[in-house]
Parts: sequence; C-alpha cells; structure tokens
Amino acid sequence: MEYIHHALKFKYDLCIGCSHCTSICPTCSIHVEDGRPILDSNRCIDCGMCYQICPMNAIYIEQDDFETIYNYKCPVLLIPSIFSAQFPEKVSQRAILSAIYHLGFEYVYEVEKSVDILKEEINEHLRDDDAEKPIISTFCPAIVRLIQVKYPSLVSNLLLTKPPLNVTAIYIRKVLTEHGIKPEDIGIFYVAPCAAKIAAIKSPVGEEKSNIDGVINMNYLYNKVFRVIKQGEYTLREDEFDFHPISRNSLLWSLTGGEIKDIPWGRNLAIDEVHNVSDFLDKLENEDLDGIDFLELRACDESCAGGILCAGNRFLIAERQRKRARKRPKTVTPEENNILNYKKFLRSNMSVGEVYPRSMDKLDDNISVAMRKMKKVFEITNDLPQVDCRICGYQTCKALAEAVVNNTADIRQCFFVQRILEQTDKLTTTEALKITRKVWGEIKLDKDSIKHLDLK
Amino acid sequence: MHFEYKVEGGDFTNAGTTSSEVKKMLKQLGVNPSIVKRTVVALYEAEVNIVAHAYRGTIFVDLEENSVSIRLEDEGPGIPDIDKAMEQGFSTASPEVREMGFGAGMGLPNMKNNSDKLIVNSVVGKGTTVEIINYF
Repeated sequence: MEYIHHALKFKYDLCIGCSHCTSICPTCSIHVEDGRPILDSNRCIDCGMCYQICPMNAIYIEQDDFETIYNYKCPVLLIPSIFSAQFPEKVSQRAILSAIYHLGFEYVYEVEKSVDILKEEINEHLRDDDAEKPIISTFCPAIVRLIQVKYPSLVSNLLLTKPPLNVTAIYIRKVLTEHGIKPEDIGIFYVAPCAAKIAAIKSPVGEEKSNIDGVINMNYLYNKVFRVIKQGEYTLREDEFDFHPISRNSLLWSLTGGEIKDIPWGRNLAIDEVHNVSDFLDKLENEDLDGIDFLELRACDESCAGGILCAGNRFLIAERQRKRARKRPKTVTPEENNILNYKKFLRSNMSVGEVYPRSMDKLDDNISVAMRKMKKVFEITNDLPQVDCRICGYQTCKALAEAVVNNTADIRQCFFVQRILEQTDKLTTTEALKITRKVWGEIKLDKDSIKHLDLK
Repeated sequence: MHFEYKVEGGDFTNAGTTSSEVKKMLKQLGVNPSIVKRTVVALYEAEVNIVAHAYRGTIFVDLEENSVSIRLEDEGPGIPDIDKAMEQGFSTASPEVREMGFGAGMGLPNMKNNSDKLIVNSVVGKGTTVEIINYF
C-alpha cells in the first residue's frame, strides 16, 4: 500500500483519552483503543480539526529542526503573506522582515509572488471547453486529500497545477542559480500555516518529490520572530520593507474568495471549512449541478487565516491582511515583480501528474465480499442504539458496525449491547468491564474515590 | 440487497435523497466512479420527475454483484406518448416554463444516456414506471 505521510502526531503522554478528536474528524479516521486515539492513515486528510479541539494539546505537528537551515550556504525562506498579518498593527512589515533576516536567512520571498501567473493558468483552463467542469482548485492540500478519499468521482475535476508555493520555489531556484549560487547550496524552507501543507510537501500528491527542502511551522517562526522584535536584537534593513511588491489580489489569494477574485466570467464559488465543503461536494456528486465553472475549496474556516498554525484570531488576521492588500497597487509590472519575467518558463513547468482516488468508503476490493459486508453493516447498525455516544471508541454506531464487520472490533464494545447481554446472562459485569477497559484503558474505570462514594 | 424509498410529489426540498443513499452504497461497494456518477444522474432525474409531476411514488433498489436495478413507480398523470417523450428536445412545457430554463425536453434522453437499460411504462391518469439498470 502507498505510504501516506501525516504531519499530525499524538503525544500519548499528554493524552487523557477524552476522544474529542474522534468526534470531530470529518473523515472518521480516529478511534480509541486502550485509552488512546488510533489514526487510520488511509482516511486522515491532515485538516487539523483534531489539533484544534484537543483540550490537552496532545496533538502536535511535526516540523524540521530549525537548525537544518544552517546546513545550506544559502538558506531561503518562503513565507505565506498571511504570516505578517498575525502581528499587532504597530509592528511594521519592515521590522518583521528584518527580524527574519536576523535569524539567518539569505533571502526571503513571499509565496504569493507567483499568484498572478497562476491566475492566468487557471483562466486558461477555464476557457478550455474540454476540461471537466467545475474545475476544482488544488490550492488547499486537505481538500485534495478529502476528494481522493471521499469523492473519488470528482478526482478528474481537480486542477492539475502546482500551488503558488511550489511555483515560487521553482522561480527562486532558477533566479538564484542565474546569480551564480550553486544549486546544492540553496535550501528552500517553507513556513506552513497548517498540517495539510506539511503533509503535501512530505508526500506530494501527483508528484514524486517536492521542491521544498524543509518546513517550519508558522507558530514556531511567529514566536521566534516576535521575540527578536521585542528584544530589539535586529537591525532595521534599509532595502525592501514591504517584502516584495506583489499585486493587491495576490495578497488576498489565501483568504476566502481569493482565487475567484480575478475570474471575470462564469459561475465560481468559494467555500471554506471542511464540513461546509463536504456538504457541497455531496450535492455536487448527487445532482449534476449545471454550469458551475470553478470551485475554490478550503478546509479551514476563513481559509489560511484560520490555519491551525496561525497565531491569533482568524478574523483579525484576515482583516489585517485585507488592510495590507488595500495599500498595494492592483497590478504590478515585471520590473517590480521579477517573477513575471519568467512567466513562460514557469507556466511550462507548473503542471502536476495525475491524482488517483483512494476511496475510504470501499468495504472490500472484491465486490461480492463488499456486498456481504455491506449487508452485515446494515444489520449490525440497525441493532445498535444510533446514539453515537462513542463509548465503544468509534465516532458513530455505523463506524463500530464497519469495524465489527472488518473484524477489528467487538460488538460488545457497545454499552447498550453489554446491558442487553447482561440481562440475558450472556455477559457478566466482569467480562463487560474487561471489554470496556480494552477501549478506554485502566484508569477511567478504576477511580477509587468513585468506587467508595457514599450514595446514601 | 433490496431497498425501498418513498417519494412525495411536490417535495423539492428532499428530492435527491434516494440518489444520495444509492450513491453512498455504490461507493461502499467500490463501484467504478464513472458508473456511480451515471447511475446517480439517471436516478436523480427520475426522482425529480416524480417530485415534479406525480402525486407520490416508491423507488425500489436492487443491488446485485454486477448490477444495480432501480424501479420507480409513481401515481400520477402518466405519459401519453413515451416514444415522443424519449426524443431529445421534446417537451410539453409551456413557453413560460421553458423561459426559466426548465422543460428543455432532456429529462428522459438524459436518463437514457446515463443508464445501460431504461424501460418506461405509463398509463395515462394512473402513473408511470421507470426502470433503470446499470452494470458494473
């Protein structure tokens, strides 16, 4: 089976086995065993809902060791423009940029530098009458994975184009080599606002290998930069202080509605938050919704401003970003934004290979086995209480039924089933406890203070 | 496996429920996505026809290892001339309705295009039975 990398990891020493993560997962990829969450790697789309809901901060997002930037003679930072919108208003772009340079980077580029070029590419795809409509954006990697696992029939609608971060990375490598820097000396580090972007870099969909050398979590860099600024350790740089001059709408790209802003015709929708996206894709799969040309779909509420690695409130981040964008000109010239001089080269290098579905709904590879299993799942689900209480360790009664059919769970994990069996002497309390302990571990069922509670 | 679903005439809000359920099952069986799509498009069209024209109806779904057969029985006005209704562009809709983009005469032809077998029987004043069969 294909190895799928996930950026989200559990810290079992902090986990109290509360199963909030199980309840929120949009692809039902987490169940509880022995008091700990277990991730189904084939289902997880790295959206990070579990990371946000975890009350114990027991889920972390892996990143590369920051020190690895020093392994390269020319470390380059590729940073989403949303980064600076996390800082309070009074911290200037110039200070932020200077502090980043202070950390040891040779060059700093904003990801959205390539957006103007990408937009041309999208518009061209939209004009292509043979393209399957609606074209679905591949900007948000959690959405790409969602479609792979949950909406296999829509995989052919995905726009097979690299996202801005990879296009800008191609440009950086090209332009720096032209300036005489050896390719092996260039290390491009991307600042990730979410887990999905990290997963997409570590195991890209539709590509062999990513052109990014390392990943730094956005909240990690935010803290590091803020400290440098607060302590005033850096020297203000005289050069460029609004990063690089990119156009107004490029700065708005990562916010909700950013991709459809410059599509001058047709029916285009922007939808954010993963459950909203699922609702819409369900509809799209059912009724052939006529005449929709383009779908911008983002897993996070408020898109990248709501990225799980962003520091602060997503609405405030989006507002600051819009404010910064307002100050930018509508269009920029190739003299201002050098990447535009490389348009032809980049456009011929921005497509990605085919994306394959890997349906999570499929009960078995063999259709007659799948059929038998489906029948059983129906029967078992009907016998279960349908309250989706999660005491069995699964998100829903149906999820337990599926696990039972696949021989990975015991129907007696269900609290209601246990009570029913106890009434008819088919299960003893000791046996029932043993089964429940297997799901929730020892601690939750051995609270001495409760055992000796005086109920009189 | 056999399933039955009820459809109420005039209930546009819930039109598509059966197609959605059938879609979920076909996905679980691992049926090729393009066949899932065809089946759902044909069924949705037929389901909406009941909602739009009939008083009520029942949808019977039979899932086999290599096929799905769907029979939609409705109590309704029926179709006077089925051959004509199967013609692309034929429509009984008024110009006003057509103006809004409905009644383009693509309903049955579209169902035919998306099913391997389509059988339509109708008795005027009583109702219509549509059978859709798709093979995996």
